Amino acid sequence: MKVYLDNSATTALDRHALEAMLPYFTDKFGNPSSLHAYGREASAAVDAARDKIAALIGARANEIYFTSGGSESDNWALKGAVRAARNKNKHIVTTAIEHPAIMETCEYLEKKEGVKVTYLPVGSDGRVNVEDVKNAVTDDTVLVSVMFANNEMGAIQPIAEIGAFCREEGILFHTDAVQAMDSQKIDVDELNIDMLSMSAHKFHGPKGIGVLYIRSGVRLERLIAGGHQERHMRAGTTDTPLIVGMADALETACRDREKNNAHISALRDAFIKRVQEGIPYVHLNGGTEHRLPNNVNFSFEFIEGESILINLDLAGIAVSSGSACSSGSLEPSHVILALGVPEELAHSSIRFSLGRDTTEEDMEYTYKVLKETVEKLRAISPLFNMEKGTGSYV
Amino acid sequence: MYNDKVLKEFSSPANAGEMENPSGVGTIGNAACGDIMKMYLRIENDVIVDAKFKTFGCAAAIATASVATRMVIGKTVEDALKIKNADVVDYLGGLPPQKIHCSVLAEEAIHAAIEDYRKKTGA
Repeated sequence: MKVYLDNSATTALDRHALEAMLPYFTDKFGNPSSLHAYGREASAAVDAARDKIAALIGARANEIYFTSGGSESDNWALKGAVRAARNKNKHIVTTAIEHPAIMETCEYLEKKEGVKVTYLPVGSDGRVNVEDVKNAVTDDTVLVSVMFANNEMGAIQPIAEIGAFCREEGILFHTDAVQAMDSQKIDVDELNIDMLSMSAHKFHGPKGIGVLYIRSGVRLERLIAGGHQERHMRAGTTDTPLIVGMADALETACRDREKNNAHISALRDAFIKRVQEGIPYVHLNGGTEHRLPNNVNFSFEFIEGESILINLDLAGIAVSSGSACSSGSLEPSHVILALGVPEELAHSSIRFSLGRDTTEEDMEYTYKVLKETVEKLRAISPLFNMEKGTGSYV
Repeated sequence: MYNDKVLKEFSSPANAGEMENPSGVGTIGNAACGDIMKMYLRIENDVIVDAKFKTFGCAAAIATASVATRMVIGKTVEDALKIKNADVVDYLGGLPPQKIHCSVLAEEAIHAAIEDYRKKTGA
């Protein structure tokens, strides 16, 4: 049996989106920048996709900029805003749980461009405190960047409150919404979002395409020079099929949002309950209230995350882990540590991210294999005493 | 990332478990770093007649501990001390670069267990 529970890493391409894309690889292959009929045909498709995506997030078509994906959008939003700002001293407010595309860009700007960055902590529920945002802002603050929802433990951030505050203060507000597009209703005007990053492959669109939404009037320097595409703001031949696929997938995701959320969260909640009741010494990382419907993140005491992952993989189940061993770094996940989880438990964390195609049978099988795996690994853990059925880290 | 040999050794390790009244026990690593390897040796007439291990750690840590027990059984204490982490890696047909430290833990665990044996026996 094969079970895919890594939908926060990537999703399968939607069949309908694939069908919509196919003609633009072959018959309708024209460069949208060309003046002739081939170009006009492709350009009409790109315009329609741009309109569609804009409408789905409450934006205007000329505020949608196509990029190669979430990482480029995040890089562009931060570097572009900092470089366009006229302040003498530049300051960014962000959080301790951002995706590496934000984290490493901030670190780069600190090192190379003298920008000051404040990394706000989160509570054990994985949420940033709005008061902390208000207190962190100074006269030098160029930008506040807070992710919409976290990729590892699913915490949904207080975006509306932060947006309202930033609007009032006249500070730019960017959100990395890569994990949130399919399950959360997002209206950039209602939420006072000035910039938003998205990536198509997280909502059953193709890989290699994303959007940076930039509110009209926001000053941003471009990252990629070399052509007039995207209103001179992002050079590179317009990728018609990927853009068409992304718009189609987002339309489907938004149309089916309520139905999918209900289906996924019911399976997820039942799974959490079952694991908590059936497997001892397990911790749910993050809160339960403001959480993406598809996310579960557990730490299993006395055993290490990567060994759980590999064991599940050998049984056909795909998950991911916050252990240092699976990432090749020495430190376990910065996100799990930011929750206040001790290092040894952060090494034991496993993320299950469900999707619209996940079934009850999938979760039944996963629970069964997981329980066996945990027992098997505890039996060989020096921290666990099988006879007594208890363990200790000392 | 892992080759089939490593995966097989991880999923069906040899000599996993505890040992009653071992001649020597060695523990290397700590939980905060994500790896603990504990090795038990039974030594008779200076020959390692049995070995067991317990590991908290990744698939490579479990596989290398398992291989280390396979390699020491039947060896004299002196020969067991000659086992290098590279021998463990070779036995497994290679490890990803970021996992080489697991084989170092295996080598260190053998040394720690023998040191414990020597301390106990005054050998």
